[in-house]
Amino acid sequence: MTRSKTSLDRLCWAAGSMLAVCYALIPILWIVSLSLKPAADLGDNRFWPQRITFEHYRAIFADAQFPAALWNSLGIALVSTLLAILIAVFAAYAVVRLKFTGRGLFIAFALSVAMFPPISIVGPLFNTWRVAGLYDTWLGLILPYITLTLPMAIWTLAAFFREVPWDLEKAARVDGATFFQAFRLVIFPLAAPGIFSAAILVFIFAWNDFLFAISLTSTNQARTVPAAIAFFTGSSRFAQPTGSLAAAAVVVTVPLILLVLLFQRRIVAGLTAGAVKG
Amino acid sequence: MQPGRQTDNRLGWLLCAPALIAMVTVTVYPIVYALWVSLFRYDLRFPENRAFVGIDNYLSVLSSAVWWQAVLNTVIITVCSVSAELLLGMGFALLMHRAIAGRKLVRAAILIPYGIITVVAALIWKFAFLPTTGFINSLVGVNLAWLSHRWSAFVVIIATEIWKTTPFMALLLLAGLTLVPGDLLRAARVDGASAWQRFTMIILPIMKPTIAVALLFRSLDAFRIFDTVFIQTRGAENTETVSIFGYHVLISRLNMGLGSAISILIFFCVLLIAAAYLHGFGIADALTGKEEV
Repeated sequence: MTRSKTSLDRLCWAAGSMLAVCYALIPILWIVSLSLKPAADLGDNRFWPQRITFEHYRAIFADAQFPAALWNSLGIALVSTLLAILIAVFAAYAVVRLKFTGRGLFIAFALSVAMFPPISIVGPLFNTWRVAGLYDTWLGLILPYITLTLPMAIWTLAAFFREVPWDLEKAARVDGATFFQAFRLVIFPLAAPGIFSAAILVFIFAWNDFLFAISLTSTNQARTVPAAIAFFTGSSRFAQPTGSLAAAAVVVTVPLILLVLLFQRRIVAGLTAGAVKG
Repeated sequence: MQPGRQTDNRLGWLLCAPALIAMVTVTVYPIVYALWVSLFRYDLRFPENRAFVGIDNYLSVLSSAVWWQAVLNTVIITVCSVSAELLLGMGFALLMHRAIAGRKLVRAAILIPYGIITVVAALIWKFAFLPTTGFINSLVGVNLAWLSHRWSAFVVIIATEIWKTTPFMALLLLAGLTLVPGDLLRAARVDGASAWQRFTMIILPIMKPTIAVALLFRSLDAFRIFDTVFIQTRGAENTETVSIFGYHVLISRLNMGLGSAISILIFFCVLLIAAAYLHGFGIADALTGKEEV
């Protein structure tokens, strides 16, 4: 698009961009500033801290609850991502490359799982997991995370796989490679960016989940960060642990912001791959 | 071609089998189980009282004021947040599409809320609005306990939802916006169409499928709202949503029979919303047509 670049025009767009940046950053600055306020200043109703302290950060890492939750969150999200992507890669390959009977049915089924309200399966899972010994375990959370992210992962991967030059695979097969060799050595490197995009989306889903985390766990053994934050009591039962909560919020937010900023192109590609194809 | 076709079938289902098994065991089986349990009086605190009661659980949910209040609350939150997200998201999308220098900056900035845990976003806004710790009251010059009154609590909840999920909307809309041919806009401009005319008569019609898909995704998502309400009010002050209601009956009160009936009813609400969108916007054809690529 060409446009007349009058200075007024430019000024308007620049102002708009500044507004967008403020929109995103002000809440983040606020929680960081809250986490740095000394306990006595938490109620001063100011945006910026007058004095700075790291006492809240020391407090949450001295407590057993938070480091355990951080470890659980990281482990559960990573394992879920690996397994979900592994399963989804096979399914997406089949959907894109093979004209098998019932393919449309499979896609429709996956699509309906994507629209599934999680609250509808929380009760049955809670009941079944208690009997099966999966309640309050990593696996108890990993299973629903894999399942609920599969449609998104298959959808995203399928969109990327359609762009892969599959003739290369045929060439490799003609040259004597087996199906799995052709996949691993030829197709996988080409499809890697798409796989990475899908993996980030799955990881963010698992890292973000709250409903399953509070319904299917009860102790430090498997409780993830969102659940731990919701039930964090702090040292005193009577004072609201505002400072500790703010510090915990900052600790779990910073890595994700870095991840998002580092891989923003991959995330945007992943989010929009399936949704808008002509 | 016959043998090749058969290998395709075998291999296709073999490759889809793990995904299919996972989705069936963790979604289809539980929903059937919930349907079964919803026909029983079944309270985990009194498991010996378990008895078949037919549709009694459904009747007691559907005749309770709490359920209908929760439905109304959920609809209010969904409609307000999704329509605001559409407007704001369209603004961000146009901004990212047109701003040349600021494009990367805006994209990076609006991705930040997307990466933040919903629970954390809810906490950030809760602390900002609380009269004890927050800065909003002194900024606006009022003295209001926002989360202690129904309507002001809705304002906080909806603001949080909008802040957190507008980026998703904006990115989808941006992808749709890039499909609009620049030549067409230039031609219209030469013919004297104003910016507003170009937006409503060219950009919007071309983007209609994208807008429909974005609205569908976000409406289904907003209807399931749980995290934000749980953190900010726990459903107090008459702000309970259907998911919060279901959670309280299932997990806090351990009433599996009644809770399962609620789960099934929420499931039907979601189906209804999806069907309404697919029918109303005619995107069913678009989605199935796309699958056959």
